[in-house]
Amino acid sequence: MGLKAKRLCKLALGPVLLLMSVIAMAAGDDNISAYNMPRGVTEVGHQIYNLHMIILWICVVIGVAVFAVMFYSIYYHRKSRGFKASTFHESTKVEIAWTVVPFLILIMMAIPATTTLVDIYNNDDAEMDIVVTGFQWKWKYEYLNEDGENVAFFSNLSTPQAEIDNIAPKGEFYLLEVDEPMVIPVDTKVRFLITANDVIHSWWVPSLAVKRDAIPGFINEVWTKATKEGVYRGQCAELCGKSHGYMPIVVNVVSKEEYKQWLVGKQQDAAQVKDLMAQSFSMDELMERGKGVYDVNCLACHGAKGEGGVGTAIAASAVATGDVGHHLDIGIKGVPGTAMQAFGAQLNDVDMAAVITYQRNAFGNNMGDTIQPIDVFNYKKG
Amino acid sequence: MGDHHHGPAKGLSRWLFTTNHKDIGTMYLWFSFSMFLLGGFFAMVIRAELFQPGMQLVEPAFFNQMTTLHGLIMVFGAIMPSFVGLANWMIPMMIGAPDMALPRLNNWSFWLLPPTFLLLASTLFMEGGAPQAGWTFYAPLSTTYAGPSVTYFIFCIHVLGLSSIMGSINIIATVMNMRAPGMTYMKMPLFVWTWLITAFLLVAVMPVLAGLVTMMLMDVHFGTSFFSAAGGGDPVLFQHIFWFFGHPEVYIIILPAFGVISQIIPAFSRKPLFGYDSMVYATASIAFLSFIVWAHHMYTVGMPLAGELFFMYATMLIAVPTGVKVFNWVSTMWRGSLSFETPMLFSIGFLILFTIGGFTGLMLSIAPADFQYHDSYFVVAHFHYVMVAGAVFSMTAAIYFWLPKWCGRMYNETMGKTHFWISFIGFNIAFFPQHFVGLAGMPRRIPDYALQFADFNMMSSIGAFIYGASQILFLYNVIATIRSGEPVSDEKVWDGAEGLEWTIPTPAPYHTFETPPLVK
Repeated sequence: MGLKAKRLCKLALGPVLLLMSVIAMAAGDDNISAYNMPRGVTEVGHQIYNLHMIILWICVVIGVAVFAVMFYSIYYHRKSRGFKASTFHESTKVEIAWTVVPFLILIMMAIPATTTLVDIYNNDDAEMDIVVTGFQWKWKYEYLNEDGENVAFFSNLSTPQAEIDNIAPKGEFYLLEVDEPMVIPVDTKVRFLITANDVIHSWWVPSLAVKRDAIPGFINEVWTKATKEGVYRGQCAELCGKSHGYMPIVVNVVSKEEYKQWLVGKQQDAAQVKDLMAQSFSMDELMERGKGVYDVNCLACHGAKGEGGVGTAIAASAVATGDVGHHLDIGIKGVPGTAMQAFGAQLNDVDMAAVITYQRNAFGNNMGDTIQPIDVFNYKKG
Repeated sequence: MGDHHHGPAKGLSRWLFTTNHKDIGTMYLWFSFSMFLLGGFFAMVIRAELFQPGMQLVEPAFFNQMTTLHGLIMVFGAIMPSFVGLANWMIPMMIGAPDMALPRLNNWSFWLLPPTFLLLASTLFMEGGAPQAGWTFYAPLSTTYAGPSVTYFIFCIHVLGLSSIMGSINIIATVMNMRAPGMTYMKMPLFVWTWLITAFLLVAVMPVLAGLVTMMLMDVHFGTSFFSAAGGGDPVLFQHIFWFFGHPEVYIIILPAFGVISQIIPAFSRKPLFGYDSMVYATASIAFLSFIVWAHHMYTVGMPLAGELFFMYATMLIAVPTGVKVFNWVSTMWRGSLSFETPMLFSIGFLILFTIGGFTGLMLSIAPADFQYHDSYFVVAHFHYVMVAGAVFSMTAAIYFWLPKWCGRMYNETMGKTHFWISFIGFNIAFFPQHFVGLAGMPRRIPDYALQFADFNMMSSIGAFIYGASQILFLYNVIATIRSGEPVSDEKVWDGAEGLEWTIPTPAPYHTFETPPLVK
């Protein structure tokens, strides 16, 4: 029976081991592993990885020893072999030994764990700060800037709904791709100030060895210092509602030079949007921009054709074919107690104007009216 | 009084009004098994959706309802009541008592359960659906952002807590007052010991859970802000209170399982339990430690370093008494005269897989490493190794072990062994790969996943279907045994079994130990 048990175990584990070795051969990069924690690209990440592997091996060794004794017993001390049972049932010496020895092993584990933890908690001397805010279901990154205006943007899932619905073939980074990734410079201590707007989220990038909860009303500090350029992907780790699985994180670690250029570009973009806010747009321009905004922000709940889903239908809805003021009100303030969020703080006035126009004139709604950024601005002002 | 003594009443009223510990135990066991099937069905929905990347069967919101109800039903509806059922059947028979100390309370604590779970399951059909914030229902997702069903859920938790507290008081009263003459505390079977300690844990923490859901109720309906920072509250407070209940809760689930294994392994090793005293002390130590480790579930909420270190050290300490238990079980088998009937197979399965779950628990206790493990599938794998291969395997072992004593009929051994092997293999195919996807970065509670997790998820789903299907075999075997199993009449069904329950006739009569036995 003991042999049969082992043979069956092997049978069950066979495919697992085979698959592991195949994947191990396929994965050369030390950031990606299909079955183990990534070593990561930070000093702390390496420490955590080493800690993980040491403790894993200690457990494996103890496990093998305990199971070896057990299987020896299962094989040799069987009734069917005529083995007569002993009657011993205690031994103070042995019992003290297996209380004390594990305790000493635990102390050995606790020492490196403590030093790593102290390192993780050292938030001093950060060279830059990024405020990370979790929203249902997207991340907002705001780069704090002492000399000028902060750079802020939202980072949304960019995987098309058609891939999720199995209509289109899935891309390489299915569910791990965003419209605008976070960009940080290499070899720089970056501090993240993590919070949330609605429910609790958790910002997790395995390769940067960072996971910290985003809690509404509180700010958590955590830092990273990537030593290698590259694109690192992660996901929200705390159940945050319906689309918890659809708020990935992408961090581009670039050279310091490239980072500076990117930041300047971002600042120019922001200035441009400011200019746009003062302009008026034609119906076509608004419709084109509005479709883009709709696909990223509205489609998941209201459907590609405005047919509804989790959210109400927009096609032929009372709101989208009714009073503009009411329509703006819902877009800006949301509907409390439902999944309809307040988009006023998430979309700039140009995008808000465009998407409202789009909703009123697409899906057969044909209201014929255009909403300009100035209308949104005035509405917000009250 | 006269008639009453000879046997059960007839018909439905027997079950509705019974105060007999065996009847109530039977009802608890059938109820918990039906909940096990329901919770298992929800798990099958989850695994079917996760079979492949992309959304195939359900909507993400419904998926969250499935994970939430699966957890709640398995914890509160399947595992906990099953051990209460076992306690009802076995504790009086093990300590030589005629019944539980508080038989009417006993009836009431059972009959609270079916309507409560009916109510909980009915939330699936309500507007907005069932609760979907996970079985840990963190605020504010479960308060400000929850659907209307949360109020029903709060009511259900209150009633379940009531039932658990009454059940535990009953067990404490029974063990303290109804032991046969000569049955000192240190002579009690380990199952009775573990349940006594478990009952104290329940009495200590169920009111904490009740307090927590009451605070939720206030936040949802009466304008308070316990868990909302906007009103001066703190969402993290929720987690502290929840895990102050929740960590002892996982020991509430596993300690009776330890007790069962400590009865079965000696029986089939034909050798007394090794280190009885240290088993008792280890159980008590684990129970004590369970109160000071709760925040290891929340390493990532941003506690201060000192707090993090305290909870890490305290949590690591649990490995010591747990290790003692595992070593004692293995030593009990050492130089025994082993045979491998189905209860023993499930106990050995428990021993191996629970130990693996213990190792991953130790890994999770290391706070810096937990920053990578937390809320990933690694955690899902860990707690299914201790909940399923721990609690459920031991419960299954217990049923096979004591069923012949209960009904005087022997189960089909071949079918039992087949059930074990299918369960064991299915379980490992389902949950072992989850360690890998978790380490590789797959968060838990997501309805869809990135492509690099696809192979292991498919494997996991196949294993889950196998494990799920094997339970049908179990159900069939149990029903066939009760209806037409081979009759057994030996008082000692198993030659190596020791204890008072094996001194009474088989099948166990409706009333046992009307005059207490004398324990030497």
